[in-house]
Amino acid sequence: MIFLKLILTNLRRHRIRTFISIAGIAFSVAAMLTVVTILQGAIGMFSGILSSDSEIIVFERNVSDLFFSNVPAVAVAEIGSWPIVAHADPVLFGIVSSADHPIITCFGVTAADARIRKATWVAGDRAKFAQHADDVVLGERAAEFMSATLGSQVQIGHAVFHVIGILKTANGFEDGGVFMPLSSAQSFFHKEGSSSVITIKLRNKDDAATFKSMIKAKYPNLIGLEDAEFNRSYSQFRILKATAWAVGGCGLLLGGLGVANTMIMSVFTRIREIAILRVNGFSNTQIAAMIFGESAVVSVLGAFAGLLIGTCFLFLLKLVPALHGYIDVAIQPVVLLIVVVLALLTGIAGALYPAVYAMRIRAVEALRFE
Amino acid sequence: MMITAQVSSKKRIVLRAENVWKSYDDGAIAVLKGVTFEVAEGQTIALCGPSGCGKSTLLHLFGGLDSPDRGRVSVNSVEINGQRNMLRLLRHEIGFVFQLHNLIPDLTLQENCLIPAVAAGTDRRTALMRLEQLAERTGLSHRLGQRIQKLSGGERQRTALCRALMNKPKILLADEPTGSLDERSSGAVFDLLLETVATEGVTLVMATHDRGLAARCDQVLEMHDGRIREPEFIG
Repeated sequence: MIFLKLILTNLRRHRIRTFISIAGIAFSVAAMLTVVTILQGAIGMFSGILSSDSEIIVFERNVSDLFFSNVPAVAVAEIGSWPIVAHADPVLFGIVSSADHPIITCFGVTAADARIRKATWVAGDRAKFAQHADDVVLGERAAEFMSATLGSQVQIGHAVFHVIGILKTANGFEDGGVFMPLSSAQSFFHKEGSSSVITIKLRNKDDAATFKSMIKAKYPNLIGLEDAEFNRSYSQFRILKATAWAVGGCGLLLGGLGVANTMIMSVFTRIREIAILRVNGFSNTQIAAMIFGESAVVSVLGAFAGLLIGTCFLFLLKLVPALHGYIDVAIQPVVLLIVVVLALLTGIAGALYPAVYAMRIRAVEALRFE
Repeated sequence: MMITAQVSSKKRIVLRAENVWKSYDDGAIAVLKGVTFEVAEGQTIALCGPSGCGKSTLLHLFGGLDSPDRGRVSVNSVEINGQRNMLRLLRHEIGFVFQLHNLIPDLTLQENCLIPAVAAGTDRRTALMRLEQLAERTGLSHRLGQRIQKLSGGERQRTALCRALMNKPKILLADEPTGSLDERSSGAVFDLLLETVATEGVTLVMATHDRGLAARCDQVLEMHDGRIREPEFIG
């Protein structure tokens, strides 16, 4: 109890400094949580596009980005005919611009694609999809920002398309995207006869390993990955995740420097007190524990405040109309755990030098210190 | 020259300094110049002398807070060397009282007194029983929950005495324990100090400028220029 009071005493004495340190950690944690959650959400949405009613993704081996992947139509036809495959849907991804909107994701799909079959049609008739080359279906948010309604003509890139339907989907990329017939997309993006990926649904999920072996044997330049495998290994996802953690880590580093500064000041202003504790039998370990305890309190309070701020910020972002569908506020428990642990480690790291300094204080000299 | 208390030669020697030298600033300021003396168990010793003659330094060496450049310092026949020795000394064998009370202002009287018990890992119940005993003896029982700022100078020094005796040390090192008090409080605190060390059977070594108080100790050792002179008198 007294030990705890010794830890808290100094924090209470310098309330503003303590508050600033806690705020430093809190904003770092909030920044990390926000960046990581947004990027995890974006990755989740992108992988959600790929795994829509499918278990396996087939794409060109060793491509850095799926936009550069080319899967020949002949492969789509043959793979679709394999007995273990329920259906194989080719998807062509493309990025185009439209008036006032530099980036719109385009999906070249067939009428049989799950995105077309299973989406909620706000307007239009799904049976009419892919009957004409210049027909497109818009996601609800895309229709909103392009000010398009059913029957509108919309400028996409260098061409004008006719809107024959509007889809509602929870996925931000799809909701802000344009769906074209596969053949139109191939022509538009100059990728005749190929798609970016094939999404595969197997008749029996247990055949996944067999399917992957068959792909490897028959099409050595292609690779088949289960959804979870793809999420783990896709280089773009890994880069995004690493970037998110690096940005968050930098934030925490700044927070850690704040803690270090506070703890150094804390030790400097209580040199005499530390000497008194020494004279009364406190060991190096007890002195260090006191300093680490102080920084742990700052870190824990900062971490919880940061989680609160971060969560509120994510909810606010989700309310921004322009970001609708892009922000997934479902914070993963593992992210929470990592963020809190990192905040604690940062606090401990920030207290390392002050603790060593405190341990080296010589009572006999410090007692003369005014 | 070996200076030993003559009160009872049969008593065990608890503090011993043998040819102790100590200087600061890389030898520029020589504080102790070959001090040799012994203190027997239960004695009360006053170290007198002008400021800077080495009284406090000698106390610090006995308490393990500093180490000599040359010579040996031993407590209960064990030479003081290193951190482990120092911890054992400070936790169980030696108590310190300083001129300034050196209490932690944000803690209450009780919490300040319990610090040595926390350091030594004494269980709370035992520590509280011990504190109750000391507080009663020093007349602080009614002030246990008070913060230090609300205590008078005398009460603060009595609190420091309680804290020093918390872990039942057998040796009390007091550096000008009444130096910051007025004459009346000074006398009262010193009376209490002598009474308490007598009751607890504690050996007292005290640095002081106050010849009147020093005269009430068993022995007065006069220090001058880093050396101890012949005993002035033996009580």
